[in-house]
Amino acid sequence: MKRRRRRETWEAWAFLLPNLIGFLAFTVFAVLFSLWISVHKWDLFSTPAYVGLRNFFQLIQADRDFRRVLLNTLYFVVGIVPLGTAVSLLLALICNRTLKGMTLFRTIMYLPSVSSTIAVGIVWIWLLDPQFGVLNYLLRSLGWANPPNWLGSVTWAKPSLILMHIWQYAGYYMVIFLAGLQSIPGQLYEAAELDGASKWQQFWKITLPLLSPTMFFVVVMKMIGVFNIFEQPFIMTNGGPSGSTETIVYYIYSNAFQWFNMGYASAVAWVLFIMVFALTLIQFKYQGRWVHYE
Amino acid sequence: MNKQRTAPGQKWGRLWAYVILILVAGGMVLPFLWTVSTALKTSGNALVYPPQWIPNPATLRNFATAWHRVPFGRFLLNSFYTTVAVVILQLVTCSLSAYAFARMKFPGRDQLFLLYLGTLMIPGQVVIIPNFILMRYLGWLNTYTAMILPSAFSAFGTFLLRQFFLTVPYELEEAARIDGCSRFGLYWRIILPLAKPALASLAIFTFRSQWNAFLWPLIVVNDTSKMPVQVGLSFFRGMYSVEWEVMLAGTLIALIPTLVVFALGQRFFTQGIALSGFGGR
Repeated sequence: MKRRRRRETWEAWAFLLPNLIGFLAFTVFAVLFSLWISVHKWDLFSTPAYVGLRNFFQLIQADRDFRRVLLNTLYFVVGIVPLGTAVSLLLALICNRTLKGMTLFRTIMYLPSVSSTIAVGIVWIWLLDPQFGVLNYLLRSLGWANPPNWLGSVTWAKPSLILMHIWQYAGYYMVIFLAGLQSIPGQLYEAAELDGASKWQQFWKITLPLLSPTMFFVVVMKMIGVFNIFEQPFIMTNGGPSGSTETIVYYIYSNAFQWFNMGYASAVAWVLFIMVFALTLIQFKYQGRWVHYE
Repeated sequence: MNKQRTAPGQKWGRLWAYVILILVAGGMVLPFLWTVSTALKTSGNALVYPPQWIPNPATLRNFATAWHRVPFGRFLLNSFYTTVAVVILQLVTCSLSAYAFARMKFPGRDQLFLLYLGTLMIPGQVVIIPNFILMRYLGWLNTYTAMILPSAFSAFGTFLLRQFFLTVPYELEEAARIDGCSRFGLYWRIILPLAKPALASLAIFTFRSQWNAFLWPLIVVNDTSKMPVQVGLSFFRGMYSVEWEVMLAGTLIALIPTLVVFALGQRFFTQGIALSGFGGR
């Protein structure tokens, strides 16, 4: 018996090994190494110098650029998460029926989310072009004589990226909402109908409460995703105009790979992680107020 | 249900549903259609106002121009190679470790699994700097290895497959075991064939993230002959920013493989989202 168990242990480690090696090297070791880097000043070419928590103090107390990219990122989170969630839910409600050709419609709706952000980013620069872009053409035909210079304007660059982000991921979260909608038992609606509840009442009293766990999941995932936003500003605005779309991850990228402040960039990465982690925990803590589990 | 009574109402309802669907889907697809339209225009017609919806005359020239300005063929090949390698490696490494977590007993199993789960929270930005330094130290910058190896193992993939393996009834394995099947045989002949939908879902998720990966290849590769297509496209964008018809033709070259894969594999994509617990409760 003992021998058999020992044999099973051996075999288990053999199964685990290929994945475990990579996991230990590129995740576990990387996380520890990153912590070590964050308490050093290191430009990759000279020897790293230990600076204690100075990177973190500098970051939180004195770095005005960090404050700017933090506020920009928060702007994106606030602009994208609620509106994007609502749009995805709306799409899911529209697509939650059995109709001929529905698969095609659903596929069309999630295609932007599986396309690369670099490619769709370029597409959107063209759509938003102040002179020849389709958006301004439509706005002009609707009577707005001088529509904004979207990506070139400090006021409008952020809303432009928000619009593009919501468009890109609407279909992805729609698929998640659809899975949630389909797990709501149909009898509930039948019973409500018999009691004379209108569609509107059914939505507020049945769909929304029963969908709240899915909604919670979507909100958390979207929030984490938007905090890590990078490719949209990288390809579409280069963080501009005047740094108005530069995000935290963009700042990490510039610090690490353009200015070679490896220690400082790692500190920013940890601050970002801790912030997102804390916000996620808070959301989990307060989910009882609005999320209904059966 | 009384068919006669509900039929007319349903008919109108269905018609409305189609109208709304077509409008919404049209809005979603408009950016792509506009891209195709611009990419087919001559250089004079791309920049006219008001915009011309249907290109007249239409030309495929821009695709050839884009293809020759930067080595798009090479970019696609690089992306294809690294993506296929990562997908295969992840399927192998993740299914093996998932099998151990789902089906085998060994000391420390639950703690190790918890460690795997815990790292799912850690964003890529935290590990990207140390991994870059590691690649540099190993002399792997500007190699395919740097693009493939760090992505060949995944805690998410292990988690996804373990969840699926747990749903396969034990009895199937017991029977084979009594017939003298080895552990590896159980994994290879019983579990893997049954887990095909889960494997397909993981494959398509991995395809998506690897084909679209940008930041990591951007920092580890700067040699054009090694660039994957997203980095190549960004490089192309940096070089030619005025000729929109050529720019968008290049963008389409980079987009088409993803669109084809997802249009064909959409079933596994939506299944995978449901399977990973995402959207479930």
